[in-house]
Amino acid sequence: MSLIQTKNLHLHYGNFHALKDVNIEIGRNEVVALIGPSGCGKSTYLRTLNRMNDLIDGTSIKGEIIIDGQNIYDKKLDVNELRKKVGMVFQKPTPFPKSIFENVAYGLRVNGIHKKAEVEETVEQSLKQAALWDEVKNDLKKSALALSGGQQQRLCIARTIAVKPEIILMDEPTSALDPLSTLQIEQLIEELRKTFTVVIVTHNMQQAYRISHKTAFFYLGELIEYADTKQLFENPQHERTKNYVQGKFG
Amino acid sequence: MRIKYLGEKIIEGFIYGSGWITTLVVVVIVVFLFREGSGLFNKKPLEEGYGIVINAENKVREITAQEIRQIFEKDITNWKELGGADEKIVVFSLSNIDKYFTEKDLGESFSLLPEKIKEFVQENKGVIAVFPEKYLATSLVHLEIAPISFWSFISGKDWYPTATPSPQLGVLAIILGTLWVSLGAMLFALPIGIGVAIYMAEIAEKRVRELLKPFIELLAGIPSVVFGFFGLVYIVPLLQNLFNLPVGETALAGSILLGIMALPTIITLSEDAIRSVPKELKEASFALGANHWQSIARVIVPYAKSGVISACILGIGRAIGETMAVLMVTGNAAVIPTSFLEPVRTITATIASELGEAQQGGIHYEALFLLGSILFIITFLINWIAELVTRKK
Repeated sequence: MSLIQTKNLHLHYGNFHALKDVNIEIGRNEVVALIGPSGCGKSTYLRTLNRMNDLIDGTSIKGEIIIDGQNIYDKKLDVNELRKKVGMVFQKPTPFPKSIFENVAYGLRVNGIHKKAEVEETVEQSLKQAALWDEVKNDLKKSALALSGGQQQRLCIARTIAVKPEIILMDEPTSALDPLSTLQIEQLIEELRKTFTVVIVTHNMQQAYRISHKTAFFYLGELIEYADTKQLFENPQHERTKNYVQGKFG
Repeated sequence: MRIKYLGEKIIEGFIYGSGWITTLVVVVIVVFLFREGSGLFNKKPLEEGYGIVINAENKVREITAQEIRQIFEKDITNWKELGGADEKIVVFSLSNIDKYFTEKDLGESFSLLPEKIKEFVQENKGVIAVFPEKYLATSLVHLEIAPISFWSFISGKDWYPTATPSPQLGVLAIILGTLWVSLGAMLFALPIGIGVAIYMAEIAEKRVRELLKPFIELLAGIPSVVFGFFGLVYIVPLLQNLFNLPVGETALAGSILLGIMALPTIITLSEDAIRSVPKELKEASFALGANHWQSIARVIVPYAKSGVISACILGIGRAIGETMAVLMVTGNAAVIPTSFLEPVRTITATIASELGEAQQGGIHYEALFLLGSILFIITFLINWIAELVTRKK
């Protein structure tokens, strides 16, 4: 059974119908890219998976998202538990105004893990997994704000990994970075998919092609096509998909 | 075309100049304050026109204002205590002259007084005679009064600026009173102010916030004398009954009023700071499974820290400089505060209530200016500390 099942999902911001009848299944350890022009609903869909849209006033949702066999919009569900299981990396790096160490330890501490040895071990492991350890191991007490943009983004990934999620959501994680940092993040995603399921929103078609197993194309709130990446890019079934991936509009 | 150009030039000149003019005004005020205040140290703390004479054999040549007071209050009764010979002090002044001479002895309109003083001083080895200078023969030995030192001004516990013959100008109790009332105000205003700011910025629904906001802004617009009335009529009697006090005019009453007056500053500025925390940062915290409280306590408020601190400093600044309300409710007793349930006197209240009766250019007048300078230094230091704290980030 798929890890994430989205069934007949509709989302409204006030009167605006932002997602229209979306159905997607995402399997464990897959990397799924969400593509489409600006305002097509791809980020909105991503943010339904960890209920980040709850924070926006006037959002209403119909349909179901089932993760690990549980409807995440069930009233009895603990949102904070869900967000531990479904981590998120944002477009702009968002380090907290704390030390590098405390940034990674934050997720542990808010989830009640305080044992020093355990925290230290997890922080080290997470930084290693995010390919940042070698660069910062001597400066763990330094402010995270002093890192470069690419380093900050990898720190945010380390921070997300530290709470041991099953799924990592990425909302255009490289759009604010230079090409070299982008490359590092892409290589990191290659590694991450061994352990996690990754859903990534991207504007960069080559990036989607390089790193994902499956790609979903959104247009005006609708899921137009969802297929294996290779197939979607090389042999799209829909006219709109074809135009978009071939760069005819966007 | 040319007129328009000229207009632009004038506006440009105004904008360029305004910053300098403002700076200049501040500098002029500060210089004026310190110049008037520093005159105090050149003056002798003795009633104007008076002189002090002693017996020629007396070795003591100079005493302080405080020692004169102690002599007149019989706390010092022997010259030995002032470094002189073992001789009992005999106070001789206009107020006890009838003990030694009858009206007849002194002649018509005190015409014989200079002669009598001279005789009396020469006969009594322990005499200290304080009289208007015009009655003192020049041949008599004068006792000098030490000028006020900065240290004695700051550390002196007695504030009797109109005492005769020697005004007592010690401001320790007044400075501590100011700090004490402000401390009380902050103990009460900081938690409430920051709490309300967090509530308004993070927790309250938009409707509730829009309802509360005008009220808090209105609080800033109430004149301080109205706060004073409110304190006098409600808070003072309430405290008196609540703690069973002889008088309700206490430091606590002042602290409560100042706290209320500092609230709008603290709330408005802290709320702005908290509201300006990037949305992404909050979301990042939520995305790691933190609940709302954890996000507020560990990410949002720490991020807004410098803004919240500067809000609090500005609130303290308002509290320390506030005059009218504290004047009305703190009881104005210049004693060193030991509890919040006693009357205290603040710098601002002292200046406001006494400047009108102090003789211009006199020692009391200059002491009040020096108090003003000290207030300026205190607020300056607070601002400087705030600057350091926020820069550390």
